[in-house]
Amino acid sequence: MDEFANLKETELRLGLPGTDNVSEERERVSSCNKRASPSDTENEIESSTRKTETSPPRKAQIVGWPPVRSYRKNIIETKKNESDHEGQGIYVKVSMDGAPYLRKIDLSCYQRYSELLKALEMMFKFSVGEYFEREGYKGSDFVPTYEDKDGDWMLIGDVPWEMFVCTCKRLRIMKGSEAKGLGCVV
Amino acid sequence: MNYFPDEVIEHIFDSIASHRDRNSISLVCKSWHKIERCSRKKVFIGNCYAIDPERLIGRFPCLKSLTLKGKPHFADFNLVPHEWGGFVHPWIDALARARVGLEELRLKRMVVSDESLELLSRSFANFKSLVLVSCEGFTTDGLASIAANCRHLRELDLQENEIDDHRGQWLNCFPDSCITLTSLNFACLKGETNLAALERLVARSPNLKSLKVNRAVPLDALTRLMSCAPQLVDLGVGSYENEPDPESFAKLSAAINKCTSLRCLSGFSEVAPRCLPAFYPICQNLISLNLSYAAEIQGNHLIKFIQFCKRLQRLWILDSIGDKGLEVVASACKELQELRVFPSDLHGEEDNDAAVTEVGLVAISAGCRKLHSILYFCKQMTNAALITVAKNCPNFIRFRLCILEPNKPDHITSQSLDEGFGAIVQACKGLRRLSVSGLLTDKVFLYIGMYAEQLEMLSIAFAGDTDQGMLYVLNGCKKLRKLEIRDSPFGNAALLADVEKYETMRSLWMSSCDVTLGGCKRLARDAPWLNVEIINENESNGMEQNEEDEREKVDRLYLYRTVVGTRKDAPSCVTIL
Repeated sequence: MDEFANLKETELRLGLPGTDNVSEERERVSSCNKRASPSDTENEIESSTRKTETSPPRKAQIVGWPPVRSYRKNIIETKKNESDHEGQGIYVKVSMDGAPYLRKIDLSCYQRYSELLKALEMMFKFSVGEYFEREGYKGSDFVPTYEDKDGDWMLIGDVPWEMFVCTCKRLRIMKGSEAKGLGCVV
Repeated sequence: MNYFPDEVIEHIFDSIASHRDRNSISLVCKSWHKIERCSRKKVFIGNCYAIDPERLIGRFPCLKSLTLKGKPHFADFNLVPHEWGGFVHPWIDALARARVGLEELRLKRMVVSDESLELLSRSFANFKSLVLVSCEGFTTDGLASIAANCRHLRELDLQENEIDDHRGQWLNCFPDSCITLTSLNFACLKGETNLAALERLVARSPNLKSLKVNRAVPLDALTRLMSCAPQLVDLGVGSYENEPDPESFAKLSAAINKCTSLRCLSGFSEVAPRCLPAFYPICQNLISLNLSYAAEIQGNHLIKFIQFCKRLQRLWILDSIGDKGLEVVASACKELQELRVFPSDLHGEEDNDAAVTEVGLVAISAGCRKLHSILYFCKQMTNAALITVAKNCPNFIRFRLCILEPNKPDHITSQSLDEGFGAIVQACKGLRRLSVSGLLTDKVFLYIGMYAEQLEMLSIAFAGDTDQGMLYVLNGCKKLRKLEIRDSPFGNAALLADVEKYETMRSLWMSSCDVTLGGCKRLARDAPWLNVEIINENESNGMEQNEEDEREKVDRLYLYRTVVGTRKDAPSCVTIL
């Protein structure tokens, strides 16, 4: 089994060195159980079934198999990715007009705006009112904003959540007259 | 010769709902054909390319409800390119121009655009019901048109569609005057939901019986929704991700307790298992439970929940329930008629002790004697188990078994599973739908051809040895309507043996088999009433068709009977011979 142990070292993979997470390529397989020969694996990305005594066989991915609707497959994949990424944390500063000190919040704890806003409301004891696509937030003196990668102050809620998480550098809860300038309807 | 006036005959026909019966009636004589077609309200079209909208409207001018299916079944598994076809727009356009009084439209595997939805919403004043299953091509803007313009809308049911969520305020587009909703299902929407708008809508819909929300509807919102809709029969829950504080839990319990009509439960896309006990009071009333998206509910929480569901008739679950869990189902759910067990791990990477095997299947068959439909994804199977299942449950109408690893033999005897499936088709005389898997030789098809007399749909993957296998099926199964085959060694001999057979079938799909371009061309020549479509990997193959070697194997073949000839909307990756 020594030859197999060495092969693993020289193997070309799609993951970072030192990780075991190999993203396998999708390919059509007309017959399963191709046994890779030593010279092959050094040059090819491994994608076929290998039976070794040390590790369970990794199955090649066949297009459209198992026969599960893409909709359902996507949901399972998404959930898997979410749980894989737990623990990394995207911490950003949060300031509130009039508050003596700033707070920090982990954006990766939330899946959507409603959760983030609720957390902010609880953290600073205020409420944001209701979000409307055209008019912004109505019904409150407070307006949640964020600074994006370009340094601009944007209204929270306009772009898709995933885009927001990637571009948000810090949060600021604006209050009163300054808030009105961002398009809030009187 | 009619002994009664036409109106009386029409009145009699009105009580006949089944499409097949009405089709039979229309064949009796010219007079009945005419009365039937002018009184027909509901039409079902299993393949949107078998007929065109003009002929539909010509024959059934008074139609109110139309069901259309587009892409072939294997499109669900990414085997059909997105641009293949199945566009609904020409249908809506034609119906609108002919001023048909359309009230209901049900689509499956079709391409629907926002323009189509807008046109639909503006063209039919009495439009009541839109059901979209596995469709794509539209966004929430299209939904906004439906909400805003369909004044008598009763049903908006979106099942497992790929919808581009623009996070627009489509729920706000329902006017305040819209109070007729009976069914609203937007579980497949991925984006935010305007909770206030949803609550107002539900509050002003006293007839709402079915409500299925998406992930973006959290626990407290759900509590408020249920409180203003205690008449709900069918509920799809959103997300419950955090453990609720005692006060929230109490409010939820109170709301649930009022929903005494609740019979169907689904959703739970994100669940903290400790929220489940709030639902215990209504478990005994449930007849349908779909937990197949609830990966977080496992083990004891799941089993305890199901144990209370003594009246359950339909259960959709993940294989994380395990054989032990299925044994509990078998002892608790004696009324079970339909079971679907989906795989929770698609790549076979995890060493999944909890996944299901033949043990669970046998337990279910022994405990649930009313079972007639099953979809079962599992790691392994044996002939002995299948033979036992066949003995326990001879009433199967649908039997779909998917062993996750292709070509896997009986894991105890290492033999093929021919005998096991043979037992199923022999015992289940009413079997209409069958999917086979595992290691299978031509013999299983001999059995299917011999015994599966009522079989209408057969799905084959990685099975068989020679053309003879496919021939057994084509020759034997007289009622076969849909045959779909992938990665099996069937070639031209089988394809061409009985061309007339395809006139009795809706469609045939063959991918990664041994049929060649030459064979397909010959078929197209011998059967001009068939559309023989070759679906290629990429566009260039389509153009070079004439220069290609006729001995070259065809990637994907899809053929179907049609009365309107070659379709005009095929993309370049599709060659119609």
